[in-house]
Amino acid sequence: MPVDHTNNIIEVEGVSFAYNENLVLENVYLNIHKGDYLGIIGPNGGGKTTLIKIMLRLLSSSKGTIKMFGQDIHDFKEWSRIGYVPQKVINFDVNFPATVFEVVAMGRYGKLGLFKSLTKEDKRIINEALRQVEMYGFRDRIIGDLSGGQQQRIFIARALAGQPEVIFLDEPMAGVDVMAQDQFYQLLKRLNRELELTLVFVSHDIEAVVNEVTEIAFVNRSLSYDNNPKNFSKGDLEKLYGDNKFIHHHKHA
Amino acid sequence: METINLFITTNMLDLFQYGFAIRGLEAGIIIGLIAPLIGIFLVLRRYSLIADTLAHVSLAGISIGFLLEINPILTAMVSTILSSVVIERLRISKKIYGESALAIFLSGSLALAVVLISLAHGFNVGLLNYLFGSIVTVSQTDLYIIGALGVVVMMVIFIFYKELVFITFDEESAQVNGIPTRFINTCLIVLAALTVSLSIPIVGVLLISALMVIPVVTALQFRRSFIRTIMIAELVSLFSVVVGIFSSFYLDLSTGGTIVLVSLFVFGVSLAIRRR
Repeated sequence: MPVDHTNNIIEVEGVSFAYNENLVLENVYLNIHKGDYLGIIGPNGGGKTTLIKIMLRLLSSSKGTIKMFGQDIHDFKEWSRIGYVPQKVINFDVNFPATVFEVVAMGRYGKLGLFKSLTKEDKRIINEALRQVEMYGFRDRIIGDLSGGQQQRIFIARALAGQPEVIFLDEPMAGVDVMAQDQFYQLLKRLNRELELTLVFVSHDIEAVVNEVTEIAFVNRSLSYDNNPKNFSKGDLEKLYGDNKFIHHHKHA
Repeated sequence: METINLFITTNMLDLFQYGFAIRGLEAGIIIGLIAPLIGIFLVLRRYSLIADTLAHVSLAGISIGFLLEINPILTAMVSTILSSVVIERLRISKKIYGESALAIFLSGSLALAVVLISLAHGFNVGLLNYLFGSIVTVSQTDLYIIGALGVVVMMVIFIFYKELVFITFDEESAQVNGIPTRFINTCLIVLAALTVSLSIPIVGVLLISALMVIPVVTALQFRRSFIRTIMIAELVSLFSVVVGIFSSFYLDLSTGGTIVLVSLFVFGVSLAIRRR
């Protein structure tokens, strides 16, 4: 699908973020367009997660502005247009007493608002989201009894249930075995192409991501962007990562 | 055989001849209903200790009530609600660790309570009842307060049920989805404070957290949906309260202690069932 690069959904302008006077992000610019499948890559500690947490208003930047669908992030109210798949599989409570259906239903709650309960239509949308990720048959199972890959698909279904326009995924492959990762990438590709969902995918696994996404941003305090991920040749990657490894070793020495 | 049966039934009904015992039972059932309702959210958020902390705060509140000769449940309520809001603020501000905030409040309020008690040169028997619970403590006014506020607690949980479940499961995503997490968190902790103060006359300050935690942990052994887990916890809690109050009445035992021991017994059984 050709990406319409004229329709900006999210605009990050000159954003910096410091944590305890440690500059994590410096003067970052990034435009996310409708239909993008953006991979945000970079070394651990390079600021990828910080960047999306700022876009999700979980953290606020120390400098710069962010526009969501043309509105300043602080005035933006339509958060149901945004879906979020957190880095969850590795740190969620397997004893949590919730069925798959109950978890996916949470995706509707923001849209429903206070004082309202699930309608028939909500339940239809929840079941539809479960079918999208091919997990409908598991709807009555306890979430903690599923495998890592299955759980991650449930979290995708939860995001889908909110009928968002953009989904942010933070290191979704953590704790997912290789076979399931393959299926997972196929699912994401399908969501991007068939449902025209905009995806923002954070990962440190550069090689896998480069082959999947349609645009790429490399974040290591500053950000470099390319709308042709294949341009990130092996040499570039080695240079970028090699550099960083060097810095890392240096710091720890 | 028939005479024995008759003997037991008449004896069992003895409880209903005493006004205080009926009040105790009624108050106990209300507490039994709301304690696990709050408890499930506290347990799953690894926040069980808050119940214990608020219980100690309520002891300071009770002492103030004794000193000023105001209904101790009311002073306990005011002190626990105020403290719960401050504890939540401290937790969010991240100036100190969450557990440290709890520890400070727990020992601080206990210290205050002890000092207040010594100021009054020791209170009468009443205080021991507030420490460990007794159905004798429940006055008619207490019952009205427990009844009215018990309904409030249940209604608020019912209204914010879906938000509470979401935040408990995944606070970050809930926030991204536009759920007012700070407001709901404050609601929960204020409800916990209310529940703790209301439970004092029945289970006592030192045993309240048990009624909020043990039925929930028991229900969690069955690995069911959230709503079913709540229902199992409610059953365990009501069973413990009713059996506990009856046995304490007939065997002349401490009410709070008996209730907690019954719930622990049920918990033990649930563990054994899960093992198999």
